[in-house]
Amino acid sequence: MAKKKKTITVAVTGLNAIDSPGPGVPVIRGLRESKEYDVRIIGLSYEALEPGIYMHDLVDKTYQIPFPSSGMDSLLTRLQYIHSIEKIDLIIPNFDAELFSFIKLADHFDKVMGIKVFVPTEQQFEERHKANLDEFGKKHGIKVPYSKMIFSTAEIPMLKDKFTYPLVVKGKFYDASIAYTPEQAANYFNKISAKWGLPIIIQQFVHGQEVNVTALGDGKGTTIGAVAMRKTYITDKGKAWAGISISDDNLMKMTTKMIKSTKWRGGLELEIIKTNEDHYYLLEINPRFPAWVYLAVGCGQNHPDALMRLAMGEDVKPFKKYDVGKMFIRYAYDMIVGLDEFEKISTLGEL
Amino acid sequence: MNIKKNIALSDSGFVFDPSSGDSFSTNPIGLEIIKMLKEGKSADEIKKHVVDNYLTDESSFEKDFYDFVNVLVKLKVAEEGKK
Repeated sequence: MAKKKKTITVAVTGLNAIDSPGPGVPVIRGLRESKEYDVRIIGLSYEALEPGIYMHDLVDKTYQIPFPSSGMDSLLTRLQYIHSIEKIDLIIPNFDAELFSFIKLADHFDKVMGIKVFVPTEQQFEERHKANLDEFGKKHGIKVPYSKMIFSTAEIPMLKDKFTYPLVVKGKFYDASIAYTPEQAANYFNKISAKWGLPIIIQQFVHGQEVNVTALGDGKGTTIGAVAMRKTYITDKGKAWAGISISDDNLMKMTTKMIKSTKWRGGLELEIIKTNEDHYYLLEINPRFPAWVYLAVGCGQNHPDALMRLAMGEDVKPFKKYDVGKMFIRYAYDMIVGLDEFEKISTLGEL
Repeated sequence: MNIKKNIALSDSGFVFDPSSGDSFSTNPIGLEIIKMLKEGKSADEIKKHVVDNYLTDESSFEKDFYDFVNVLVKLKVAEEGKK
């Protein structure tokens, strides 16, 4: 007789699935495939057109939550209301921009409301920040392209003293463009800062092949799982539309070293450049699962499920292997949605 | 020159490099040559096998063989100077 599954209510953000998709839907797919938990999913959305809201086979109920810019108090008030109805056991936040609030509120969620949140510590979150990545690399013995924060286009002419063109102009949360001239750098500075604010990070461009790792740390230094992937189809926003799992011992060593050294807690994605000379440069650490995390599930490592079990205090054994040569291929799918559903989420803030 | 150990070959001529995720297709004679290289056969042994079994001469084979090997090295399916 099959073992009876435990029931759990998990709230998940990141339900957008546009050309720069959020990780919410793939995380939910992983949770739904849990062998130990029967999961009820509460979607947490920011906008009424996030596709996950209308995927009723994946999301049981959705509530709108305030944007991170509204502050922690309004987020807490909204989640207290949602919790009073849904009795949430675990929240999995999936956006960089919201993570700070969830990290700050994690203790309150746990001790006062009884909701688990398995996220990095504030120190881990801050020190891996793009603006601090240079220091992070030195501290943990990982190669990072030289980078510098700038706050004004007036600083761009001086960049030639420390950088050679091309260089990469990056926003503090999202967006990156390669500039071949100071004029292009100034142009990207203005575009990206208008969208994501200051500072702007200037990073030395490194030639090579981009590879990515999705991983999960238990907060004590152990890598519970890690799967490496190479993008095989990239959108004009630089996002993976298709990818393939690869086997690279150096990448795995770099990942376990980083997780051991930082005692990383939660999901993460490493963006790495492998040069033709087989040197590995860490470009970014995203402090949450990537949108392609379902590839890890397909390769035999269900990272969202493992995170859920870690969060619930279970003893989770590290995955030892994964399938190499498995591909993911994204596609666009038109859902037909009644106006009444859009009306409910737009006016009542829940569906 | 040696075919990288972890390169996967299928009977259809599909070549997969698991460390980079790159994949390639080759025709039956290309597949046969890669298989022989993987088995550690020398260029002379491969030449003899091809000239004995196919309608070609030694000089034509040598030219095409070294072109092919250069492509394999460029695609990182093979490594130079490694055994």
